[in-house]
Amino acid sequence: MYDAPNSERDVEVKDIKITAQGVQVYYGDTHAIKDVSVDIEDKTVTAFIGPSGCGKSTFLRCLNRMNDTIDIARVEGNILLDGEDIYDKRVDPVQLRAKVGMVFQKPNPFPKSIYDNVAYGPRIHGMAKNKADLDEIVERALKRGAIWNEVKDRLHAPGTGLSGGQQQRLCIARAVATEPEVLLMDEPCSALDPIATAQVEELIDELRRDYSVVIVTHSMQQAARVSQKTAFFHLGNLVEFGVTDKIFTNPTDPRTEAYITGRIG
Amino acid sequence: MPTLWLVLIVVALGGIGFVLGRGRALASAGGDNRKLHSLPSYYGSNVAMKTIMPAMGVLVLWLIVQPFFVDATVSKLLPDAAQSEDTTLGLVMSDVRRVADGLDFAVAEGLLSPDEAQALDASSDNVRETLGAAGVALGSDVSAEVLNAAQRYRVLSATGRLFMSALVLVAALGGCAWGVKNSHMDYRARNVVEAGIEALLVTAASLAILTTFGIVLSLIFNTIEFFQRYPASEFFFSLVWSPSFGGGSELGLLPLLWGTLYISVIALLVAVPIGLFAAIYLSEYAGPKVRGVAKPLLEVLAGIPTIVYGLFALLTVGPLLMSVFGREGLGWMQAGTAVMTAGLVMGIMLIPFVSSLSDDIINAVPQAMRDGSYGLGATQSETIRQVVLPAALPGIVGAILLAASRAIGETMIVVLGAGAAARLSMNPFDAMTTVTAKIVSQLTGDADFSSPEALVAFALGMSLFVITLGLNVFALYIVRKYREQYE
Ligand SMILES: Nc1ncnc2c1ncn2[C@@H]1O[C@H](COP(=O)(O)OP(=O)(O)O)[C@@H](O)[C@H]1O
Ligand SMILES: [Mg+2]
Repeated sequence: MYDAPNSERDVEVKDIKITAQGVQVYYGDTHAIKDVSVDIEDKTVTAFIGPSGCGKSTFLRCLNRMNDTIDIARVEGNILLDGEDIYDKRVDPVQLRAKVGMVFQKPNPFPKSIYDNVAYGPRIHGMAKNKADLDEIVERALKRGAIWNEVKDRLHAPGTGLSGGQQQRLCIARAVATEPEVLLMDEPCSALDPIATAQVEELIDELRRDYSVVIVTHSMQQAARVSQKTAFFHLGNLVEFGVTDKIFTNPTDPRTEAYITGRIG
Repeated sequence: MPTLWLVLIVVALGGIGFVLGRGRALASAGGDNRKLHSLPSYYGSNVAMKTIMPAMGVLVLWLIVQPFFVDATVSKLLPDAAQSEDTTLGLVMSDVRRVADGLDFAVAEGLLSPDEAQALDASSDNVRETLGAAGVALGSDVSAEVLNAAQRYRVLSATGRLFMSALVLVAALGGCAWGVKNSHMDYRARNVVEAGIEALLVTAASLAILTTFGIVLSLIFNTIEFFQRYPASEFFFSLVWSPSFGGGSELGLLPLLWGTLYISVIALLVAVPIGLFAAIYLSEYAGPKVRGVAKPLLEVLAGIPTIVYGLFALLTVGPLLMSVFGREGLGWMQAGTAVMTAGLVMGIMLIPFVSSLSDDIINAVPQAMRDGSYGLGATQSETIRQVVLPAALPGIVGAILLAASRAIGETMIVVLGAGAAARLSMNPFDAMTTVTAKIVSQLTGDADFSSPEALVAFALGMSLFVITLGLNVFALYIVRKYREQYE
């Protein structure tokens, strides 16, 4: 039923990039994430699936402390990036977000030129020595975002003038330009048509060579196509986490099976 | 019949029509309102509408047209001799109207019988005294021509009113009968009422537009009249403003325009940074509690009448500036009223205007923009400077232009805070004056309305209107362009 192209590549054991231990998230009185522990591997695509409202986005946003920007959100538990607690007082959330990049559900290019969109992060973080250096960073990011060929002749046209799929790849290029170690994607294809979706999925598979990618998706086919590991969330709990093939062909938890076969969702 | 009574009668007829129409429609359906095309009240409203609306239309039109008609007829009666050298037909006609009103009043008070009023004769009776006894003071003796014209005026007006009352009542009764006749169960009263409501709304909208046109037209006509008496080139290019009602005035726009722009620029220099920073703080940094208190407080500032700001300028800011820049201090300032005083206070007045508009515009920047920036590791102020403000910039520029056009049109603060001297000077501590303040001073006092010194007010108003209209159009264009970006 689901194609599983990545099975043999998963056999090798990879380093753990992010470890979450007993994470709880509250929005005011709402308990949105209940005691979630998960290990996210380096150079792997990890998919978060589950019915909407189950806390996928909330948990994803814990990983780069984007929840800090929501006043009522409160996070408990430990999240370690390369063994260091990212909620430690000494960690600057702003620095952290440069290391753990994020791509959002709706493409959100800034109302600036394509070039300035991609150069935004490198400029803020002072990553370029000079203009030539910045040009190179922008070009490399756009190439990694698989959009260079489409925009190389109009780098100074507004980013908002691109099609939805191009905008999303531009946003991926923009995130990649700051040289993150982890890339978080919250339903990056939900606003795209099937062709653009296929392009972005192909790109995600490419990105796996350099980054640890975490993708939230509501499409189980997509999870099966792009990810090696899958986590199934339900009502704020992490129900099952494991190798994608196993989750989709032979889930252990009855709730996972019910969701995959379409009985809950 | 007094107009008020007429209106009340028409409304009462409408009420009766409502009951009749509703009853007749129900009766036609045998009392079963499910068989009716529309709800019963629609049949009533249909009749009431047909009774009231045409009758009121006739009434209003008649009231507008009749004075013109009567004036035109009566003024033909006046021989040319009645217009001596220093008066015009308009002035004589206003005498006629005053005498006619006086006679009306005397009749109403019972001092004269209606017949006596018409029989008065300028040569035998002392009209001025008679009317004086009724409490109507006249400036001079009434000439035979004027008295005649006034009597004719009364006759024409009275006949006109009689015809009007008759016509209005006929219209009301006719409309009522027509509506009641139509009130049958198959009649689509609901749709007709809908059309009637639309007509009412269209009337309201066109009235608003027509009055604007009327105002602009009267400005234009008076401006043209001014330019017939005073050369336009002098008005636009002369560097001196010195009106004197004895004649030989110089009426140059430039010193006033200079004062206006100078004060507006100072006001904007105060209002824009403070207003914008306040808006950024409120929309980006302040928590919901602070915002809930501070935003309404700022908007209270916008509700203070400008005369209060004027007093503040005159009594507080002026003396304060004097103590620093005046003779005891730096010696730059001669008196408390100065461009600086008015500009500062006007700036304070504009702060809430700029901040609340900018706040709305900053809030309209999608959260996704901010998330995108935070997600790349930007700090809050980096996000605001590099993403939020550029995205909001066109809207903010629009807000600033709207504030500028308010500053240019402001009067009371200038009258009280800036002094009255029209002067072309660079020193912000000099007293200067603005276009608006001079419009007030040219029209107050006992100016002759046909002299260039009074008519110049219209030319000044027209210039101001053109400037602020241009600014507003430009601002709206920019604001609209911005709105389209995120929709
Ligand atoms: N900003 C917020 N404020 C309050 N509650 C929120 C907020 N964001 C999410 N929630 C709540 O947290 C729960 C999980 O939401 P979310 O993580 O967005 O789910 P998912 O991404 O899986 O659809 C939901 O019940 C939602 O109502
Ligand atoms: Mg979500």
